[in-house]
Amino acid sequence: MLRFEDVALRYGAGDEVVSDLNFSIAPQSFQFLTGPSGAGKTTLLRLMLLSLRPTRGTIHIFGQDSATLTRDDVTALRRRIGVVFQDFRLLDHLTTYENVALPLRALGRAESSYRAEVVELLRWVGLGQRMDAIPPVLSGGEKQRAAIARALIVRPELLLADEPTGNVDPGLARRLLRLFVELHRLGTAVVIATHDLQLMEQFGFARRLVVGDGKLAIFEGAPE
Amino acid sequence: MTPTVAEESSAAPIEPAGDRRMPLIPRNTIAGRALIVVVAIMTFLACLTAGSALLVAQASSAWRSDVLSDVTILVKPGPTDDVDRLVDKVVAIAGKSAGTGNVHPYSADDSRKLLRPWLGDRLDLSLLPVPRIIVVHAGSQGDEAVAALRAALAQEAPQADLDDHRVWSSRIGVMAGAVVALAAALFVLVIVAMATAIGFATRGAVAENREIVEVLHFVGASNRFVANEFHSHFQRLGLQGAAIGGGTAIAFFVAAETLSHWSVNSPGGAEIAALFGAFALGPYGYAGLILVAAVVTLLTGLLSRTIVLRHLRVLQ
Repeated sequence: MLRFEDVALRYGAGDEVVSDLNFSIAPQSFQFLTGPSGAGKTTLLRLMLLSLRPTRGTIHIFGQDSATLTRDDVTALRRRIGVVFQDFRLLDHLTTYENVALPLRALGRAESSYRAEVVELLRWVGLGQRMDAIPPVLSGGEKQRAAIARALIVRPELLLADEPTGNVDPGLARRLLRLFVELHRLGTAVVIATHDLQLMEQFGFARRLVVGDGKLAIFEGAPE
Repeated sequence: MTPTVAEESSAAPIEPAGDRRMPLIPRNTIAGRALIVVVAIMTFLACLTAGSALLVAQASSAWRSDVLSDVTILVKPGPTDDVDRLVDKVVAIAGKSAGTGNVHPYSADDSRKLLRPWLGDRLDLSLLPVPRIIVVHAGSQGDEAVAALRAALAQEAPQADLDDHRVWSSRIGVMAGAVVALAAALFVLVIVAMATAIGFATRGAVAENREIVEVLHFVGASNRFVANEFHSHFQRLGLQGAAIGGGTAIAFFVAAETLSHWSVNSPGGAEIAALFGAFALGPYGYAGLILVAAVVTLLTGLLSRTIVLRHLRVLQ
């Protein structure tokens, strides 16, 4: 699904912020991406999301070499990837419903064709009563769930989540993680960037990709 | 799917309200309102320029049509000529010349009245050999009738000069053409200024909404989708501005037409009416102003779409 071969990235003429990245993300796999703050987790996620191009090495995504992708190819691939940003990136002037429906709207679908789908997902993530609320009046946890719902609405093959439990209490964090696990069991490959060790220990079956000093170490999880 | 993440309250979930298709680019921004004002002013100026050019062109066409349908014969008597007999002779020649219509000789008194604005009331014009004027309607045969009359006069009444008004008509035509060309140049300048303002506003809006553009890209929106959103956003602003500017211009011309009707009996009003007619644009003129406003609206949308698409290519 996703394969990094000797990937490195530098900004401008500076040093490489990540280098010698060699790893794969298999379909229907579940992994944590972890490491200290500033180690390069978000950079690595952005490389996976094709919002950054590597300065060295090759990224194969869904069977295609990222270096050969056109703008339209990138758009098509992003429709197969769900992403949850650390800062949610909800559009403040749209309601929760509209934010969650955004990826479907971007696909050019008629509102009547996805209305029931979005409502069902919002109920599933516990935002059934908050559909018409705008993000500025949502709590951190509600924003987090709205952002997750937006990432899930297109039933992505790959889900990238950057600190998705960073703004919620431990109880909600566990429930959110269970949601990701359930999604993984339904067939989505999940990559969760976090530095919450306690949380990772609760999901011992997950593979761990540990970034440190711009390098990557991989620790396989216990069998499920 | 069943609720698995958060505890839903026991109350039934509310249904999302009516229209879900809120614009992705926020509407009520300061920059958006400023653009409406700019487009309104520019549309007003463009309509004013176009309407004025149309009025001048219409007036010029009416003047030329009037003066070319008649010819003037100037009878200049010699010291020994009997003016009245000479006028009668010329009237007779004009009357029987092929293709001419109504012949209207100005009396000696009429001729003095014509000179009075230039020479004043105190001068006794009966002491002067005032030339006499005969106006002849050229009729339907136009140039041929004028040529025949000219030839007849040259042979039978050499004291009479025929003026077919073509020199004057040509000068009026050149002047009107120059005014229309100037108006067209002003119109183009106004449109270019407006396009520049729209360009700046679009780039500003893309920069202001950069985060929205980024999110749209991350959720799989194509550049075309993003450009369409900006297109509809700016088209809406353009429509509002063009409606205000075009509506104001139409109100201006309607008011001018109404005022010219009211003041047509005053001395100044009569002169204005002689120059510009009834200040009436007519249905086609008003349709032209609506067309200008519609073009401004379309231009605003298309221009912003083009700029956004180019900007997005650079961003990526």
